[in-house]
Amino acid sequence: MHMDQSRIRNFSIIAHIDHGKSTLADRLLERTGTIPERDMREQLLDEMDLERERGITIKANAVRIDYEARNGERYEFNIIDTPGHVDFSYEVSRSLEACEGALLLVDASQGVEAQTLANAHLAIESGLEVIPVVNKIDLQAADPDRVAGELVNILGGTEDDVVHVSAKSGAGIDELFETIVERLPEPEGFPDSPLRALVFDSYYDTYRGVVALVRVVDGALTEGDRIRLMASGQDLDASEVGIRRPAIERTGRLGSGEVGYLITGVKEIDLIRVGDTVTQAGDPATRPLAGYAEPKPMVFSGLFPTDGDDFERLREALDKLRLNDSSLLYQPETSRALGFGFRVGFLGLLHMEIVRERLEREYDLDLVATAPSVEYRANLVEGSQRIVQSPQDLPDPGSVASIEEPYVKAMIITPAEYIGTVMELVQSKRGEMGEMNYLSTERVELHYLMPLAEIVFDFFDMLKSRTRGYASLDYEPAEYRPSDLVRVDILLNAQSVDAFSTIVHKERAYTYGRGMVHKLRELIPRQLFDVPIQAAIGSRIIARETVKAKRKDVTAKCYGGDITRKRKLLERQKEGKKRMKMVGSVEVPQEAFVAALKIAED
Amino acid sequence: MSEYRSDSAALADLAATWKSAYVHVPFCRRRCPYCDFAIVDESNDGSLDHETYVDALVTEVGMESDFGPLDAVNFGGGTPSRLDPKQLRRVIDALTSRFGLKSDVEMSLEVNPEDWTDEFGRGLSEAGFTRVSVGAQSFDSGVLEALGRLHTVEMIDATVQGLRACGIRSVGIDLIFGHPSETGRSWTRTVEQAMEIGVDHISTYSLTVETGTKLSRDIAAGAPAPDDDVQADRYQQFEEISQSHGFVRYEISNHAKPGQVCRYNLATWSHGEYVAFGIAAHDHRWGVRYRNHQRVERYLEAVATGDRPRLGVEYLSEQEQERDRLMLGLRLAAGTPLTPTARRFAASDAGMAMVEAGILEIGAGRMRVVVPMMTDAVIREALSVSAADC
Repeated sequence: MHMDQSRIRNFSIIAHIDHGKSTLADRLLERTGTIPERDMREQLLDEMDLERERGITIKANAVRIDYEARNGERYEFNIIDTPGHVDFSYEVSRSLEACEGALLLVDASQGVEAQTLANAHLAIESGLEVIPVVNKIDLQAADPDRVAGELVNILGGTEDDVVHVSAKSGAGIDELFETIVERLPEPEGFPDSPLRALVFDSYYDTYRGVVALVRVVDGALTEGDRIRLMASGQDLDASEVGIRRPAIERTGRLGSGEVGYLITGVKEIDLIRVGDTVTQAGDPATRPLAGYAEPKPMVFSGLFPTDGDDFERLREALDKLRLNDSSLLYQPETSRALGFGFRVGFLGLLHMEIVRERLEREYDLDLVATAPSVEYRANLVEGSQRIVQSPQDLPDPGSVASIEEPYVKAMIITPAEYIGTVMELVQSKRGEMGEMNYLSTERVELHYLMPLAEIVFDFFDMLKSRTRGYASLDYEPAEYRPSDLVRVDILLNAQSVDAFSTIVHKERAYTYGRGMVHKLRELIPRQLFDVPIQAAIGSRIIARETVKAKRKDVTAKCYGGDITRKRKLLERQKEGKKRMKMVGSVEVPQEAFVAALKIAED
Repeated sequence: MSEYRSDSAALADLAATWKSAYVHVPFCRRRCPYCDFAIVDESNDGSLDHETYVDALVTEVGMESDFGPLDAVNFGGGTPSRLDPKQLRRVIDALTSRFGLKSDVEMSLEVNPEDWTDEFGRGLSEAGFTRVSVGAQSFDSGVLEALGRLHTVEMIDATVQGLRACGIRSVGIDLIFGHPSETGRSWTRTVEQAMEIGVDHISTYSLTVETGTKLSRDIAAGAPAPDDDVQADRYQQFEEISQSHGFVRYEISNHAKPGQVCRYNLATWSHGEYVAFGIAAHDHRWGVRYRNHQRVERYLEAVATGDRPRLGVEYLSEQEQERDRLMLGLRLAAGTPLTPTARRFAASDAGMAMVEAGILEIGAGRMRVVVPMMTDAVIREALSVSAADC
């Protein structure tokens, strides 16, 4: 049975971390009886352990709920849950493309955050109808009127358009349902045209292979159809079609305007990419849906197993993660200091952190990660351009005419009292100020153009600490610009340690080199010999410190014949040293490799 | 024995064949703030009668199997001088009747200067002691106080002179260096005074912060901690002065004039066998290491019921014994023979790095640590290489 298109409402929920998106989704599922009460658990749509723990959404999800409105009609709601983070903005844009509307959910005590605002703009640009919702109105610190004011400033309209709810207690939920029915438009597809369905996410299931989440725009998708993916050009069989509640429910058909899943038996996630258009192989649409893009990594880092024997296990783990995450790109890399590993490309810092954490937790790997880097473009004297994803790839300074680095458009929302602090910080990070808008008398939206490398360094942490956690940040790629960049190498015992090399702006090179050398002197334990630590640009040494040789390592005390205890103590100490990496003849603790990440703080 | 230099390899190898006995006397007037040994602090707990403990020691000696005759006997502590010479004599008699003594047996004990009287000295001589080690620790009264010692510099002098007068063949002193209250000058004066007073043997121990001690609590609360570099300096200072006075280092902490090596000491580090009595005593014979109960009540109870007062035992394979010999021998100036395990260590990356750094020397069929203050760094690596054998 196909639902009348006029009674379908497809929407997503846009919210900042902790603003109550998952609780609201839980409440909607519960109110409509989609999930029997006994099966109810918190954060139902976030299936990954990591998502539940951190309270974030990494993978999109879609769930169908049925709602009987006050007008007596039954409606089909499809909630498309999207990752909120900037790293996944392409995924967010595809998810929004599958909707006609969005709920912009804001915490009544926190107000609008940069990430929410960025996604709201994205929703408006995609032509979605946005319903502003203030959540947690029952909290003591709630200031729903101020927050409603901010929302009106951003979206226009009046404060009467803002729906007030408490997802936790359920207050206002019924009004929200009715508002969705009244205000969100019905899908505009052509049921009789050739099939066009948007793949807005896909995941790997051990038993079913790749499961694609699709939104049918035109025509219908029916089980048994021979289908074609228009971007990849692949023809496949639609072996199973259905909806999610959120458990899979096989329906055999999805009509225009509907949201559901498609299984083809394919195991390779690359064949069914997010953003691709599904059509009938026998009666193909003439034009795909707009907006397909290849995932583009922005941040690169070397991942090396602490134990060199784990290299193959790391490869297998990356291969498995990639089954679910086509944006994860990696290639083998060899470091003199760290041995065999991979240079991995990530969508952003959160993506990097998540991948690392999953590798360590789900695959029980102990990893050393090198400082994240961005993709530079080196214009060589002889005229060609070289892509530089790792500092070691930067050609010899003599052969480089210029280096370009990626800039991003950054948006920062901060309480007005921190404007000065934020401006100062961004300026020190080579940011160029753009627009500034007051969201309310207390909160300001600042726009900047700044190098992505600075953000990747530790800008976000610094922004948070200098604004006592109140400022929020969002950014999107802007352009490549030539910059005065140099590679700073670190030498231990006169030997350059590739894993410590970093590309920095020339003006900051000296400070960076000095900071890094100082930090390493603190982190590297005293050895059998003096260990000079140097920072260098090419052959020019810009900073130097020395870890003096250890002079005493003995218990010069009689231990009363208790040889066993002494032996065990020494063996334990030796065990502890195994967590060190041998770099040439120098023992370097793991933390030293992370130090580069934190150096700018000092 | 006098034909050997203190650091002679032949002497060290000979010592590996010696049989010794160790007797633990746990009593102390008061626990020193840096001490974590198994002792009875009589300022807190005077309930244990010395006679009862000596009875138990004698009973425990009687339980032992055949071993001996003994080359060396050592009374350690605690403070062995808390027992009177008659009590010490009873234990010696028990050891003699059970194991027998070599004609040139070394009979030694540790004496705290606070316990010294001439009568006590005469008693030691009558009991057959040939060697006494005086717990001097420092000749700087400020340092003595900082170390929490109850005796004075004058008492040290009186003890050493008194021991000479009683005809004790070998007189040694123990010193502790590297307390934060000690200066380079005060340490030099202490060492010079030790030279002047005329002793045959000196043990120098770097002040070590052990967990659970008052010292470690004070440091946690902000008191200055001993510094490794300073201690390395002090050690070097001692080496220079003592060598010019004819002392030869034969173990990290032990230095003797010719013919004045402490046999019990050398035997222990040479992987010799020893039988041990008293609380928390450690015994090493026939490839087995035993340790006794640490708590006095448990110890007395076991002995009273006719059980050996064992808290634990470790059986060592041939390879494990070889590993232990390597580990201990690296503490000796004479070094350790190049056994298969020692050779594998010498050929390992870690071993070669040690040689390159000038810490380890290999030659004449032996392996020697030549920077004694870095010995644990060497042993750690040697253990990890030998772990593969065990």
